[in-house]
Amino acid sequence: MTDLEASVPSLGMSTDVRSELKKPKKKKVLLMGKSGSGKSSMRSIIFSNYIARDTRRLGATIDVDLSHVKFLGNLTLNLWDCGGQEAFMENYLSQQRVHVFSNVGVLIYVFDIESRDVDRDMATYVSIISALTQYSPTAKVYVLIHKMDLITPHAREAVFVDRVRLVRQKTSEFIQGAGYTGELDLIPFATSIWDQSLYKAWASIIHDLVPNLSVIESQLGSLGVLIEAEELLLFERTSFLVVSNWTSEEGQNNPTGDRQERISNILKHFKQSISRFTGTPRNAEQFTLMEHKAGSRFSMFACKFTTNTYLMVILPPGEARFNSAKLNCQIARESFKFLDGPVTPGQSYN
Amino acid sequence: MSSRLRGLDAFDPDGSGEQPCETSSSLAQQALTRVYEQDQRLRKNGSRVSDQPPDLSSKGKPRLLLMGQRRSGKSSISSVVFHKLPPSETLFLESTARIQKDTLPSFMDFQVWDFPGQIDIFDNPTFDIDAMFGEIGALIWVIDAQDDYLEAVARLNVTILNLQRTYPNIKIEVFIHKVDGLSDDYKLDIQRDITIRIQDELCDHGFENAPVTFHLTSIYNHSIFEAFSKVIQKLIPRLGILEAMLTNLCRTCRFEKAYLFDVLSKIYIATDSEPADMASYEICSDYIDVIIDVTEVYGSWPRTQKYREALEGPPWNQKIEDQVASGCAESCMVLSDGNKPIILREVNKYLALVAIMKEDSYDKMPLVNMNVEVVVQGVKEFFEITKPK
Repeated sequence: MTDLEASVPSLGMSTDVRSELKKPKKKKVLLMGKSGSGKSSMRSIIFSNYIARDTRRLGATIDVDLSHVKFLGNLTLNLWDCGGQEAFMENYLSQQRVHVFSNVGVLIYVFDIESRDVDRDMATYVSIISALTQYSPTAKVYVLIHKMDLITPHAREAVFVDRVRLVRQKTSEFIQGAGYTGELDLIPFATSIWDQSLYKAWASIIHDLVPNLSVIESQLGSLGVLIEAEELLLFERTSFLVVSNWTSEEGQNNPTGDRQERISNILKHFKQSISRFTGTPRNAEQFTLMEHKAGSRFSMFACKFTTNTYLMVILPPGEARFNSAKLNCQIARESFKFLDGPVTPGQSYN
Repeated sequence: MSSRLRGLDAFDPDGSGEQPCETSSSLAQQALTRVYEQDQRLRKNGSRVSDQPPDLSSKGKPRLLLMGQRRSGKSSISSVVFHKLPPSETLFLESTARIQKDTLPSFMDFQVWDFPGQIDIFDNPTFDIDAMFGEIGALIWVIDAQDDYLEAVARLNVTILNLQRTYPNIKIEVFIHKVDGLSDDYKLDIQRDITIRIQDELCDHGFENAPVTFHLTSIYNHSIFEAFSKVIQKLIPRLGILEAMLTNLCRTCRFEKAYLFDVLSKIYIATDSEPADMASYEICSDYIDVIIDVTEVYGSWPRTQKYREALEGPPWNQKIEDQVASGCAESCMVLSDGNKPIILREVNKYLALVAIMKEDSYDKMPLVNMNVEVVVQGVKEFFEITKPK
């Protein structure tokens, strides 16, 4: 876990607690890729509650579109949505090189699977990588192979593997050529805005950025055991991305592998229906509680947990079990309060 | 047996989790039995029950005929409503060459016949008109509002005139289709124009009050489901009693709106007497989707026997079936806006009751659940009694 290693040096800085508290952590997240590859679309869906259809209205991004996304109270994502037209790209690589590529936490590079000129895409990608390794050698790189819905379903896996192989090959060629010594591990995802694959990729990106993750996970685990749950999912309030989850031994037999993304997708769509019904803004909080008792199969509830999170609990059937779990989750809120507050020095993440 | 709102029956494979109907004679049941006996008496005396669609209980399945000009959207409608095809995919539907007959297993098994638009059944002697229209429930005529509709209206007039003479009980539903993208004013203008053209023509031929109804529809929003709901409702015998039950429930529990949904097609087959608005229908219908989707993820796989034994062991020491309050799916959600709860209750495999409650009434849920339970039993008995014999 990166956060554990990173927390060691910050312990030494505990004299500087005050400034630490005042200034929440800001992660610079670069979102890059060729023009028209779908960067702004995915950003709008994940963080601004657009539905896939609405992204058709988005125009081209001019230069860099900066947005600050508050996530879980103590994590502010500094999202740089970089317009992908070639003129801008050249600009980032020359005049703005230091400005853009220094202090980057994460680079998300988006490839359009339908692109006609793959060689050129790769060339741009390699020059971006070279700038990144120069100024932010510790940055993580996520490669999203986007618009996968355009490929016929049975060919998707093969096309994806093939494209990832090409990206990896170009990356290692660059590393050898430039004599770069650091480590560069890219994490690939196949995505599409039309299904839940987008949530999978972003949940994983967010997962790596959240501070105190191990604390959240262990606390979630003990809560799950106490209330005899099958599965617990902790969602962020606006984006409904899964921040953390816990699954019981029995729950791991669930054959639906992509259930987290699916639930994110389902709930997010439903949030939009509610916002149409109530006439409240899309980003506002839409529901406080949802419960479903499916006879003697399972029961489930999703409730507002801390200020910034929702908790979804899957339980085995049983009225008494359900009610006590609901009460216990309310009590457990106290122990999760730290999700909202600013980082405490002992647990900070850098 | 697997229900879409509860998922696979993990613990009792024979489906015995289904609660047997209460046989003690509740008030609702007595009323229904009375209605039923009365109905039977009338039937024996040979007098017709005027408000009941003909041949429903005696002969097989009610039939919906989809007709209209070619490319007016008939096949798209049936795919979207009955086969859950996403509206955007309907662009790729082939043109229909022959009559497509679909039987839909639903709360009442109805058939949907999709006619190819290019065939004129009255010109063509090979069609057995009587077999086609003899058992019909409703004729749905689809008109493309974005196209020149004069010819469609003329053909509809000919069809109505032909049918009125022999089958005066056929309900004719005109779907003025593809109205998404048209402005509200223009929509109403078109509807008025078509209505006048058809009624004038019918009046000229001496049919003053032909049963023709008009609906503005589009597959890209919920209007098509709303229109189908109204069509189906006309086919339900004794709909009034269902509606009265729901109205009663709404009054007792202070619900804003209650719908009885067909889960598969998301058509509502009854609602209370408050005027139905699109917004509340949409939210209820979307809520059913959410529950179905969640159930698909978590309710569709069998748990191990060992796990079940652990759940039934201490500290509970009860069988799973005894630990749950109800064998049917029960769901509820509370909106942030005004703390308004929406509840969903499974009636049987095909039907679900969905209702929107008043602000801040979540605290009264146990009481509400009891009342809903009574109504659900009543609805079950209703369908038991009105079932075609």
